[in-house]
Amino acid sequence: MKLKFLAATAAIALSSAAAQANTLVYCSEGSPEGFDPALFTAGTTFDASSHPIYNRLLEFETGTTNVIPGLAESVEASDDGLEYTFKLRQGVKFHSNDEFTPTRDFNADDVIFSFMRQKDEGHPYNQVSGGTWEYFQGMGMPDLVESIEKIDDYTVKFTLSKPEAPFVANMAMDFASILSAEYADAMMEAGTPEKLNTAPIGTGPFSFVAYQKDAVIRYAQNADYWKAPADVSNLIFAISPDASVRYQKLKAGECHIMPYPNPADIQAMQDDADINMMEQEGLNVGYLAYNTTMEPFDNPKVRKALNMAIDKQAIIDVVFQGSGQAAKNPIPPTMWGYNEAITDDAYDPEAAKAMLEAEGVSDLSMKVWAMPVQRPYNPNARRMAELIQADFAKVGVDVEIVSYEWGEYLSRSKELNRDGAVLLGWTGDNGDPDNFLAVLLGCDGREASNRAQWCHEPFEDLILKAKQTTDQAERTKLYEEAQVIFKEQAPWATIAHSVVYMPMRNEVQGYKVHPLGGHIFYGVSVE
Amino acid sequence: MFGYFLSRLGMFVPTFLGVTLISFMFIRVLPGDPIIVMAGERGMTEERYQEMVVKLGFDKPVLQQYWDYLVGVMHGDLGESFVTKKPVWDEFFALFPATLELSICAMIFAVALGLPAGVIAAVNRGKFFDRALMSSALVGYSMPIFWWALLLIIVFSGNLGWTPVSGRIDLLYYFPSVTGFMLIDSLLSGQEGAFTSAVRHLILPTIVLGTIPLAVIARQTRSAMLEVLGEDYIRTARAKGLAPTRINGLHALRNALIPVITVIGLSVGTLLAGAILTETIFSWPGIGKWMVDSIFRRDYPVVQGGLLMIAVIVMLVNLLVDVLYGIINPKIRRR
Repeated sequence: MKLKFLAATAAIALSSAAAQANTLVYCSEGSPEGFDPALFTAGTTFDASSHPIYNRLLEFETGTTNVIPGLAESVEASDDGLEYTFKLRQGVKFHSNDEFTPTRDFNADDVIFSFMRQKDEGHPYNQVSGGTWEYFQGMGMPDLVESIEKIDDYTVKFTLSKPEAPFVANMAMDFASILSAEYADAMMEAGTPEKLNTAPIGTGPFSFVAYQKDAVIRYAQNADYWKAPADVSNLIFAISPDASVRYQKLKAGECHIMPYPNPADIQAMQDDADINMMEQEGLNVGYLAYNTTMEPFDNPKVRKALNMAIDKQAIIDVVFQGSGQAAKNPIPPTMWGYNEAITDDAYDPEAAKAMLEAEGVSDLSMKVWAMPVQRPYNPNARRMAELIQADFAKVGVDVEIVSYEWGEYLSRSKELNRDGAVLLGWTGDNGDPDNFLAVLLGCDGREASNRAQWCHEPFEDLILKAKQTTDQAERTKLYEEAQVIFKEQAPWATIAHSVVYMPMRNEVQGYKVHPLGGHIFYGVSVE
Repeated sequence: MFGYFLSRLGMFVPTFLGVTLISFMFIRVLPGDPIIVMAGERGMTEERYQEMVVKLGFDKPVLQQYWDYLVGVMHGDLGESFVTKKPVWDEFFALFPATLELSICAMIFAVALGLPAGVIAAVNRGKFFDRALMSSALVGYSMPIFWWALLLIIVFSGNLGWTPVSGRIDLLYYFPSVTGFMLIDSLLSGQEGAFTSAVRHLILPTIVLGTIPLAVIARQTRSAMLEVLGEDYIRTARAKGLAPTRINGLHALRNALIPVITVIGLSVGTLLAGAILTETIFSWPGIGKWMVDSIFRRDYPVVQGGLLMIAVIVMLVNLLVDVLYGIINPKIRRR
């Protein structure tokens, strides 16, 4: 690393212009929690760790939710869906730094190490850096993965406790990043195991150079990358938490690309000839979940009537200031399995009122819960609740808006006897519809992530069947059917999917907005 | 003088213990369970929740937790961040030099402009200079930091391109941190232009952070000067025929400095509070933003440790101010 550092400074001293031309500066929105992706859950951390530094056995193709081979050249599932055999790529090199130079290429030992440290509580690395392995736990991997076996140096077999098709997409998630077992051993021996998190070594397109907390992260191109090397020699994350400041930096040429612009700045950015604005629907959904176990919300017709009373376009205009899209399904349109054929409930307060009357609902008073935090799927829950309050008033429903501190909100909104409808949302983890439909609407999710407390057998049967089927065409059909049932039963009012805007200077070429929300700079060049 | 210093130092210990208790209680009084906040929308099973409770030590009685914390503090251990899993102490010392550098520059800026402005206003009492300076000071004092910072960025960085938008140094300069103070490190690096770049990056944050203390110091100096200028010994000095600059600069200012130094001492707290916003806007990697983030994440060890360290710094500065009183005015230390 020292040599790399000297070379870098020499290049700067000799010709800063040349150095600049080959450097991509990304004005990131925050600091990573660390550089070992399995330890954390924040997208900001993954942008700085798993995307530039690491690879996974399988990868998401940038710009899509398709799963493609990564460090594994192929994967085969057994007929019963319980065994997945990964054939590993040969000749993949790990990075080096001033404390470690790898003596061997990537192999099965690295795969076993990367997962077993998360699964096995007796593993020497299980407790290092306060490891709680939130994502591994959250995706149900400890129970799902029964064993991981090394068949030979380049073959690994995962045995599952039950057939589960989304397992393949899980293997492309950030927590499944592959670390070097050899580096881990060396650091354990040196008494500094936490370096796995602070001085990361991976196989990715960029190697880690330096990090100054809350200021800057530096990466250098990995010249030995197993695919074509990255187009830029240096990648710099200039950490800039304020969105207006990021915009000023972009305008001043202090950075090339930035995430999360202020909605109020979007028009000016689109009008700026130096700035190219890319946009795509985010992999998220914002919803209003009724408590389907409580009267009168246990009646699907009442829920449907209330959904018809909500003017979604007004919400998109006021709350999202245009940076959103009305949602008709519980999964976002960028995801495979999205049922395009479904038509949304039309905004019709008169019809809604008549429907409520027909169901014998009059003088209804209810609570609408407004989240105290900003999220991409709901940038201003209070304002959204106020609009819904006004809409419901038009059909004779009296709404009281309630809110709690975020932690309280999350735990109270889970309660089975919760009063009223909750505004919340979800951002996808792995691009698999199961990650929305089963997690948020499955019977197991009641009193947890299923805020509607909804358990509807025909829907449940479909998503369980889809979970156990490995054929994607078959799964797509099942999920499309499930969305039809969802629409009829209306456990939620689906409100919106955010639109992700990515402003960048015109010099930036080859950037793709990634539907899973990550910011990926492999394949991006600066002209 | 030494006795006086010891008596002041004696007050340090109970205040320190009080601060540990307040910082420990403060974050726990806020609603919000850190484990649930950590899990977010995803949530976690009850079993997993209980595991985390034990792991983070929340299963112990609160008094026991406080005692463990206090013992840790006495051994120089402020705990580990729930979020980054790194020792709070390490994080604090990695970030604090940036805050300190900015605060020192802001204070130098405030004193260098505030003192002469106050003196000029007092000497020209009721005249144009006085009114202009004092109304500017009032505007400066009332200005919201966030708005002021963005205004300066848009005008000087965006439109005129004179100063960089944010950060501590141009990203092209890269050298290892030796002292953590960018001005010193950039000189040590020997790279051409690095020091100038560091200075240019300091200009706007210094102005933003220094504006409120500047206004306070100017107003305080003015009123203290006015009081002293009415004293008998000043009239005597004038009657003796001493030059006005000597009277104002030496005889009056020295005695007017005592309340001014008090204000400077108290401004340290204001500076650290102002640093939170200033650092966020200018992407300045200091402790201000670090603390705010950890409050939102309910990162108990960081909030406790950070508050404690800030309180200790404010206490130390005020101890220093007390000692300075004694030096400036011998009557105080004899009391």
